[in-house]
Amino acid sequence: MARVFIPGLMRDLTGGRTQVQVAGATVRELIDGLEQAFPGMRERLCGPDGALHPHVMIAVDGEEVIEGLRAPVGEESEVHFLPAIAGG
Amino acid sequence: MAYDVVGTRPVRPDGTEKVTGRAVYGADVQLPGLLHGKVLRSPHAHARIKSIDLAPALAIPGVYAAVTAADMPKVQAEGVANLGESSIEKQYMQNMILAGEKALFHGHAIAAVAAVSPHVAEEAVKAIRVEYEVLTPVIDVLEAMKEDAPLLHEGLITKSLGKPTGKVSNVAAHMQHARGDVEAAFAASDVVVEREFRTAMVHQGYIEPQTATAQVGLDGAVTIWTSTQGAFGVRAQVAEILDLPLGKIKVVPCEIGGGFGGKIQVYMEPLAVLLSRKANRPVKLTMSRAEVFQATGPTSGSVIRAKVGATRDGVITALQAQLYYEAGAFPGSPVGAGTGVIFAPYKAENVLIDGYDVVVNRPRTSAYRAPGGTNAAFASEQVVDEVARQLGMDPIEFRLKNAVRPGDQATYGPKFGAIGLVEMLQAVKESEHYNSPLTGPNRGRGVASGFWFNGGGPSSSHISFNHDGTVNLAEGSTDIGGSRASMAMIVAEELGLPYDQVKPYVADTDSVGYTDVTGGSRTTYATGLACYNAAQEAKRQLCERAARTWECSPEEVEFMPGKGVVSKSDAGKHLTVAQVAREMNRTGGPIHAVGTVNARGQAPGFAVHIADVEIDPETGKTTILRYTAFQDVGRAIHPSYVEGQIQGGSAQGIGWALNEEYVYGSDGTLRNANLLDYRIPTALDLPMIETVLIEVPNPNHPYGVKGVGEVCIVPPAGAVANAICQATGQRFTELPMNPERVCMALLKAGSR
Repeated sequence: MARVFIPGLMRDLTGGRTQVQVAGATVRELIDGLEQAFPGMRERLCGPDGALHPHVMIAVDGEEVIEGLRAPVGEESEVHFLPAIAGG
Repeated sequence: MAYDVVGTRPVRPDGTEKVTGRAVYGADVQLPGLLHGKVLRSPHAHARIKSIDLAPALAIPGVYAAVTAADMPKVQAEGVANLGESSIEKQYMQNMILAGEKALFHGHAIAAVAAVSPHVAEEAVKAIRVEYEVLTPVIDVLEAMKEDAPLLHEGLITKSLGKPTGKVSNVAAHMQHARGDVEAAFAASDVVVEREFRTAMVHQGYIEPQTATAQVGLDGAVTIWTSTQGAFGVRAQVAEILDLPLGKIKVVPCEIGGGFGGKIQVYMEPLAVLLSRKANRPVKLTMSRAEVFQATGPTSGSVIRAKVGATRDGVITALQAQLYYEAGAFPGSPVGAGTGVIFAPYKAENVLIDGYDVVVNRPRTSAYRAPGGTNAAFASEQVVDEVARQLGMDPIEFRLKNAVRPGDQATYGPKFGAIGLVEMLQAVKESEHYNSPLTGPNRGRGVASGFWFNGGGPSSSHISFNHDGTVNLAEGSTDIGGSRASMAMIVAEELGLPYDQVKPYVADTDSVGYTDVTGGSRTTYATGLACYNAAQEAKRQLCERAARTWECSPEEVEFMPGKGVVSKSDAGKHLTVAQVAREMNRTGGPIHAVGTVNARGQAPGFAVHIADVEIDPETGKTTILRYTAFQDVGRAIHPSYVEGQIQGGSAQGIGWALNEEYVYGSDGTLRNANLLDYRIPTALDLPMIETVLIEVPNPNHPYGVKGVGEVCIVPPAGAVANAICQATGQRFTELPMNPERVCMALLKAGSR
């Protein structure tokens, strides 16, 4: 199962847990799993249309995903939710 | 691996045209019937617009059209426009181009006119009557966060991953990186240093002002000639702002006189389109220097609190920071990047970093070279320096002891891949500069590290063969720092051609596949990969054509750089690229190869700089005596242009450190919108910036390329501040460290 690092500001939903193991082959499935375990997670990460909030960036195994919620996640993957960043 | 072309230093293909003044920049565009546009700007930093009367302007002979925000189409307020490297909320996009109900900063565009000449347009702009209700401005980031601060946007609610508050304020976003227990770690530390820093809003200082020319056909087709870091980004923004079909817009990127992040956001393009449509003539708008300062996107001023704890043997125990960045009039400061950059060079188990994006009555900030990074490193690198001093450790030794290595978890979250920080610090430690004596009064040496993420993303290129064996290379990245040369070198390397037989050019949006902006240190990496991929496809086609010539199967031939296509069964049998190209119409027609990529696998960049300074205690002036920039560049395709990037970034960072700042009056008006009073460094102010390229290859790229253009601006302010501290014994926590500020500090300390 992938290891999801819970951002500091979302730990009110996980009872203070900083990392959780979640099953899922894609980012969407991970978020589904997180929502099931910790209700309210999806709303923090996604808009009403189900798309990821534009100010959120997801990194799987150290790299920003480019496929959005469809991005594949491995059994041993590490997943981070980060602020979106642009270069100059 | 040895290369024939990669790593050499050929002359850039656009060089002759530029030095002879023949290169076509945006403002050079001339079209039959061209009109000239001018913009009316708000004299107030914060004001409600009660009415705008265009009639007096339109009554002037020679005036063809005038527009205000009322001429903008209604677009869906929700959602975000993806601009490639960046994005912006649609609700703000239109009001950045033309103010809606309120003017939100001094210089905010209120209306625009098109006339037969710039002079008539200027006269017309002056004739427009605007009735304002002047409101109280807020230009300081901490003031804007107060409960009773004037609100810029009545509906702005803080975006965050935290529990929604629903509260309206000027805080557009809050982000956080947290791990471990900083409180306990600081309590257990032998040394703790905490300081608060301020940095001024600064401008990229590109030499060429923004300019755009638009022509709208009677069929609704739009053509835009402009100076931009990304033609496709301009197309996307204009389509979003004016609710136009993307496919109706063609953007022609002209030569660009600098951008550094400031030429990603559009300002003049939508105005030129609106005016051209109304006037039924092409319209050109070019900003004055004052307009560039007032109304384009500088980078954030900021307040940063940084705290570092360490054990007495020099191991960092905890890192904490709060970063407050001015976004300008609309949300979108680079504070997110700042929170990532601030402690990225250091390993730590306990981290707590909070970032706040705060709107203020200043121009909306735009990207500026490693956006948000210089502010952050100015703070963190001074605190790190102070910890090392308190421990009696050499500052490079302290950094080495705590440096992140491949596989370490970054302070902002993920694990690092192939990074070369340790190699670089070792090189600094052993360098002649670092070991050279620096003697004499009022002199000091400082070092600082810097980090930048580096980007990837989509790029395209096309290779077309000519019958003489030369190659035309179309690419979608506008060329700011010599990228055409690097792209041509990659294709020449792969096809075994001399560099000058590859003719690269930057194509318009109708003529090449989608390519993200020239920004994020992505161009040589991502567009370079597109060129590399196109070259692989070209080789496949060359093999196929040679096989047809020899009447054998393509499996019986292979491509060998330098030779061309060779027969696998007969080593002596080969056809050069020119020979295959000459016959192409008899072997299947034109040879044209396309390369596209959505590049991943970029490696982040690290840099370490050494600054030697001398302070004049009478005037407070800082002279840079010597400056060396070390950078992990992966693999330098064209070392001269990599060095140029590093020298340019260092020079800009030094200007940011010593002189540059937006100066506002208490009424929120900008007081120094010109290059005399906003002082960027000139060649006379700086020594030759020495560069040391450390090549720790990126394993995800065939040559090992890493982005190089941005990280070089991250360390300078910290390095210069640390040097000034050593020279004066005073810690400078506010930018710029100009003569006045240095003088005052020396007077206060009684050392003058």
